[in-house]
Amino acid sequence: MNIHEYQGKEILKQYGVKVPEGRVAFTVDEAVAAAKELGTPVVVVKAQIHAGGRGKAGGVKVAKNQDEVRTYAEQILGKVLVTHQTGPEGKEVKRLLIEQGCDIKKEYYVGLVVDRSTGRVVMMASEEGGTEIEEVAEHSPEKIVKEVIDPVVGLTGFQARRIAFAINIPKELVNKAVGFMQGLYQAFIDKDASIAEINPLVVTGDGEVMALDAKLNFDSNALYRHPEILALRDLDEEDEKEIEASKFDLSYIALDGNIGCMVNGAGLAMATMDIVKFYGGDPANFLDVGGGATEEKVTEAFKIILKDPKVKGIFVNIFGGIMKCDIIANGVVAAAKQVQLDRPLVVRLEGTNVELGKKILNESGLNIVAAESMADGAEKIVSLVK
Amino acid sequence: MSILVNKNTKVITQGITGKTALFHTRQAVEYGTQIVGGTSPGKGGTEVDGIPVFNTVAEAVAKTGANASVIYVPPAGAAEAIMEAVDAELDLVICITEGIPVLDMVKVKRYMEGKKTLLVGPNCPGVITPGECKIGIMPGYIHTPGKVGIVSRSGTLTYEAVHQTSTRGIGQSSAVGIGGDPVKGLEFIDVLRLFNEDPDTEAVIMIGEIGGTAEEEAAEWVAANMKKPVIGFIGGQTAPPGKRMGHAGAIISGGKGTAAEKIKKMEECGIRVAKTPAVIGETLVEVLKEKGMLEKVITAPVK
Repeated sequence: MNIHEYQGKEILKQYGVKVPEGRVAFTVDEAVAAAKELGTPVVVVKAQIHAGGRGKAGGVKVAKNQDEVRTYAEQILGKVLVTHQTGPEGKEVKRLLIEQGCDIKKEYYVGLVVDRSTGRVVMMASEEGGTEIEEVAEHSPEKIVKEVIDPVVGLTGFQARRIAFAINIPKELVNKAVGFMQGLYQAFIDKDASIAEINPLVVTGDGEVMALDAKLNFDSNALYRHPEILALRDLDEEDEKEIEASKFDLSYIALDGNIGCMVNGAGLAMATMDIVKFYGGDPANFLDVGGGATEEKVTEAFKIILKDPKVKGIFVNIFGGIMKCDIIANGVVAAAKQVQLDRPLVVRLEGTNVELGKKILNESGLNIVAAESMADGAEKIVSLVK
Repeated sequence: MSILVNKNTKVITQGITGKTALFHTRQAVEYGTQIVGGTSPGKGGTEVDGIPVFNTVAEAVAKTGANASVIYVPPAGAAEAIMEAVDAELDLVICITEGIPVLDMVKVKRYMEGKKTLLVGPNCPGVITPGECKIGIMPGYIHTPGKVGIVSRSGTLTYEAVHQTSTRGIGQSSAVGIGGDPVKGLEFIDVLRLFNEDPDTEAVIMIGEIGGTAEEEAAEWVAANMKKPVIGFIGGQTAPPGKRMGHAGAIISGGKGTAAEKIKKMEECGIRVAKTPAVIGETLVEVLKEKGMLEKVITAPVK
């Protein structure tokens, strides 16, 4: 789960990680009032959306007085920002962060991720702040330093010092940087984060080590023990159909194509998108109904797929293991009737009770195209939507 | 022969009184798996279907001589359950549970260092040696005893591969679902090494997906060490970057972990990669024919 920058900074503050003083604003008047309250001559007006690249898209402005705050807030609020992370449709700005300006001496990068190959949390840092870490990794990988963290002792002082010296933090500020990194690590662990990126971390003219930006992602499997994080979820930032799907414990991701897919199992669901593409079609979604699909779940899955106006046909691909094909077939028939399906439907069933499943589909009186195999199904749905 | 489990494997089900656990335990018993006991704290001394229930794993092991366990407990307690099994010095723990917080698994992996237990999963379908032992949620009847090993990050794609081989008369030595989580027990390389050493495995099917670099590492290992043909498939060729495709570990991040990169590396390392999930079986047959090994792996009538 993603949260906004200002929310991330509030969490980090609780762990002694220094951030610029700031206020969130939902309206232009709130933005001006926040700037007044902050009282510094220079404030930064920052668009709050769940995507990076805001600066380049015109979502971050430095205001030298309150009139400028008003002007910039008016410009940015309600604007649709298109960045390399939003996709071409962009994201509308509904919240601003109004923040004290600071005197930046130098920018750095510090991040935490869970590394798969070591099975540990790894801290990465670089002297190339302000640039995306992937870019640094590509062009100057020698500038990235890493420390693998033992969960028993956490990020030790010597590891944090090693990082601070390696990225050339001024030596009089190394202790502050160590405290910063250890605070960041503790926040990551306590809140079950999956990614924490501070880009840039800055050293200021008055000798502070600060997080100028903060990107925190959280492990959705751990949200059950963090109601305080779940409360920060911003539904405006999520796809409406994905939210609806999550209510029914369906795993759904919207894509750009016109063939709706309904599959059991995440691996098979991905592979189904691939085979549709292989035969010249374009999948409209990823949808895993899971191992324990019921008639109700299948019906909801159909409704969600059909909410997408781009969908011109549906491909159901099921390998019935523990879940029997006749149960799936009944679910498909009931769902198709309930939603009065008016678009082509191709169903491929394989596995337990497959003959019974096929019989149910054939005798339903519905216009369901039965597929002999996954490849046959993909070819059929692709030709039907053309 | 086979890997990890066979007819002598004695299994306990952790959390045996739960609905899912009990359902799959019954299926395993029906398949012929030696389920020798179960645990359920507070219900020690009782029985389900004639299977003795114990309060702790240590007690279950002491009383039954079990050497493997399977875990179906809910995510919040699953990491603990794995550690309890490791502490009881079982040879093998298979964790089916989906949705364990990743930082719990970081702790578990640290806890397992220097201990003898092997972990399969979490978030996996389990392990089966056809005709001998089934531990997990896979449908037993699609499998055929034989000589092709299967290792996969996905459950349903494993079933596809099993089905596509079984219907061609090609049986499986063992099928191992390593699971869809980013931090897990056995990785591709560990399972490939076991198949390489197993005298009855003649070829291996490896099914990967987007996210991480485990497939690339495994491909390099295959090029350097594997004596048997490996064919592959990678799911998620059309997955958009930055989106988690169902599995916690299936995500392309920072341009890394794409299907294209994995397929390229695997092909460079001599692994033939099936173009679509529908031709995994066909691709295997093609490679085995070229190597003159097809006759050797046909162990059952073609369906």
